Amino acid sequence: MSAVPLESAIRAALADVSDPEIPGLSIVDLGIVRDVQVGPGRVRVELLPTFIGCPAVELIRDAVLERLAPFAATVEAEVTFVEPWTTERITPQGRRQLSERGFAPPTGLPLGRDLPLIPTIDVAACPWCGSSNTRLENAFGTTLCRAIAHCGDCLQPFEQFKTI
Amino acid sequence: MTAEPTRRTTRVTVAHDVPSFDAAGLAPATRDALSELLLTLADDEFVQGFLDSEWTGIAPMLEEDVAFSSLAQDEIGHARAFYELRSALTGEDPDKIAFGRPVDAYRHCRLLDHPRTDWAFSIARRYLYDTADAVRLVALADSSFRPLAEVVGKVRREETYHLMHLDAWVRRLADRGGEARDRLEAALAALWPDALSVFAPLNGEATLIREGILSEPMEVLAARQLERLKGVFGGLGIQVPGTTPESSGGRTRTAPSAGFQWLWGEFTAVHRLEAGATW
Repeated sequence: MSAVPLESAIRAALADVSDPEIPGLSIVDLGIVRDVQVGPGRVRVELLPTFIGCPAVELIRDAVLERLAPFAATVEAEVTFVEPWTTERITPQGRRQLSERGFAPPTGLPLGRDLPLIPTIDVAACPWCGSSNTRLENAFGTTLCRAIAHCGDCLQPFEQFKTI
Repeated sequence: MTAEPTRRTTRVTVAHDVPSFDAAGLAPATRDALSELLLTLADDEFVQGFLDSEWTGIAPMLEEDVAFSSLAQDEIGHARAFYELRSALTGEDPDKIAFGRPVDAYRHCRLLDHPRTDWAFSIARRYLYDTADAVRLVALADSSFRPLAEVVGKVRREETYHLMHLDAWVRRLADRGGEARDRLEAALAALWPDALSVFAPLNGEATLIREGILSEPMEVLAARQLERLKGVFGGLGIQVPGTTPESSGGRTRTAPSAGFQWLWGEFTAVHRLEAGATW
């Protein structure tokens, strides 16, 4: 197994790996995969954690190692902070899939380099009925990446992916 | 019945979760000062995270139960990232730094040495800690030690939500008046002497400044934070003690508070029962 694996095949395989906290959404569409390097009998993948304390990071890394194992004798998956993961990294398809699962995709621009001391959060439109009559209930939700919002028209609560 | 999956012979290696850098290329004095800085950053986040986790299950409302559990998870994650950076410099095991030290070896600031107390106290302390930490993180954002600047860049984005949450709570308690405001003011008065303890001078601070690891001295950061606090509390009509909080007390303590001794007993319980346990 010292042939050089095809990078396109590796990327296609990575699209099979999903975030266990957002089933069905691939780590490629979430923007977690930063880089793929291939060499003779070797694959190396760099992953960006969405949140530093996210317990899914290790599960994702293990799933990547397992999925890529058939491609090379040596598979490496490194979790890196070399650049911050931001919600801008979610692909258009990823945003669409979030909406389909009842999560409002992140709103607005990611937080810039010069952060305000006390920032504010934009509340997304309701993923159920599309209304903009929504308000934030809690900046913290069931996982680190989610906030809880409420729709004033269809009266349903919904989860919003935090802009970061 | 499904067939047993074929046993793979592939060798899978896992790279370390810490940014790679040449620790041996650092001068010993720089490495020592940096290790000390990383330990203070890690211990502050670690202890704040465990204090937050004490509200899991018993917060005054369900939303805050969720919020404080998330805050705790964030802070423990940040602590882990800082412990791992230190580990890359010193070769220590990160888990052992986190859980394997005696109670008097933790370097968290004095603000975090107080016990949990009531809800207003937790809000007041967390507000004082988060806003001070934000000032400190700005001074590390362009650190010449790139792995630290990278982690700080990520941490600051996450802390934004903490600041937003705590700012809302301080205003809510202050604007409510009555018992809520009385408790907030009492907590601030009790915590005031330690309000700037995040900025206690560091061993090797001059080296950190000279090497561009930290952009400004701690006493300059402390003065900036004091002005900000006076502005916020002045705007809310909250009287804070006229005395200037001390930031000179340092982080080394021979006698941690009874509150911290109890907390340490809790968070090290599993490690002391079975070192190296995983689950």
